[in-house]
Amino acid sequence: MSARGAIAPNFGDYVPVAIGVVAVVMFFLAVEALVQTGVVNRFIVPPPSEVLGSFPRVIEEEDVIGRFLLTASECLTAGVMLTVFGVAGGVLMHRYKLLQDAIETWVAALASAPVVLMYPLFLVIFGRSAWTIIMMGFIAALPPVILKTIEGLAGTRKVLVNVGRSFNLTGSQQFWMILFPAALPTIFVGLRLGLIFALINIVGVEFLINFGGLGQLINELAERYDLAGTYAAICFVILVSIVFFMALEKIERWLRPVH
Amino acid sequence: MQSRGVVPVTPVLTLRIAIVVALLALWEFLARSGWLYRDVVPSLLNIGHALIDLLGGSNYYLHLSVTVGEILGALSVGGGAGLLVGIILGANPFMAKAFESFLYYLGPTPKIIFFPIMIMWFGVGPQSKIALGTLSCFFPVALSVAAGMRGIDRTLIRVGKSFRANSWQMVSKIYVPAMRHPIINGVRLGLGVALIGTLLAETKLSNKGIGFLIINAYSTFDMPRMYANLIVLFVLAIGANALVGRLGGLNTIKRL
Repeated sequence: MSARGAIAPNFGDYVPVAIGVVAVVMFFLAVEALVQTGVVNRFIVPPPSEVLGSFPRVIEEEDVIGRFLLTASECLTAGVMLTVFGVAGGVLMHRYKLLQDAIETWVAALASAPVVLMYPLFLVIFGRSAWTIIMMGFIAALPPVILKTIEGLAGTRKVLVNVGRSFNLTGSQQFWMILFPAALPTIFVGLRLGLIFALINIVGVEFLINFGGLGQLINELAERYDLAGTYAAICFVILVSIVFFMALEKIERWLRPVH
Repeated sequence: MQSRGVVPVTPVLTLRIAIVVALLALWEFLARSGWLYRDVVPSLLNIGHALIDLLGGSNYYLHLSVTVGEILGALSVGGGAGLLVGIILGANPFMAKAFESFLYYLGPTPKIIFFPIMIMWFGVGPQSKIALGTLSCFFPVALSVAAGMRGIDRTLIRVGKSFRANSWQMVSKIYVPAMRHPIINGVRLGLGVALIGTLLAETKLSNKGIGFLIINAYSTFDMPRMYANLIVLFVLAIGANALVGRLGGLNTIKRL
């Protein structure tokens, strides 16, 4: 293989991706044609061109940026709480083996439980406020952070722990200089999962209680029967979610050690 | 030597019992102290009464049957579609490169935001709840099956081909049995999200189902009944999840 061939991007890899994108575009064009010809009722499915055209209107009139910042701030608050309490919980359970043996299965069970359905309870406790949304995101996202913190600390290579012991490190030094740095990539996997769960629950609860940022926007537009606006808002939330996941993936790759 | 059927009292069990007792005592103390709003933290006795009333009345089972029907509908449609798409993506690297990234990134988006669309398409009845559950369930099953398909031992596929198995025989005799583990995991994840999607939709707009009972208890500020509903729901959800794993034999699968 020539040097040029090794450096040049492999265009063969882009062909399926391009076909995927073209297929999606073709799908929307087909929907447009079906709606314009009246085969599909435009009062149920608005034409994609109308949805696309309503983006500037929704962004301008509905204060999408402000709503986005509100949802982002709720996510950030939940994320900070997750980092503090989730990681601390994991460290505590790793430190006290008996506690870990006693409640780790409960935490795992909580991860599979429909915690978000407790939102009426949180409404009663915190009222119809941002704290209901934040706490819902926090509680639903807590189990993966705790479980991954335990996994990361328990997975620290024995040789690293022994090196720390040979240097007569204290318990605190052993934790901050050996265990925690070694567990950091796995802890971040937990935080990434937690933040995804938090975002899903935060937007979901905003929609359900009709309060807050992007979730409420969809609910309001749907209640006004602004079809094109509703579809545009949903597309916007999907775009925000995808950008959020991609950014978290990049950070995780950056943190992951190169073996 | 201990007698059969007697659970040994280990430190772990002792701690578990101590934690449960401490939490219940703290709850009862808060209920009686008056520090929180009355009825936000009702007495355990009231919750117990509500639980008995709930499970003793036939009305609850009517609502439960509606929700179970919706979830099963969502699981069969979404899970079936997910299985099919997962097999196609897993078997064909070109299709996977073209379309799997869309599923990967759409999968974790909050599905409840699609509920207004589902209402427009399917109406306010159970169909829109089934549709939302289907949408929630499809992505984890498809992604799990696609990953499982790619993880099949190539030797098994060569064995199938050497016996000149046709496409259907390859799917039924080689692919599906070899992918039992990822399929069950996908169904477990799918069941969890289908349950959440369906019940959240019921809390938003419905007059039947467990989600409706929860939001109705909230609307009438009948907190003991709401707690009772949540307790039963959590037990059922965790139990169903464990049952799928057990029936699928997750704990009996041996890895070489």
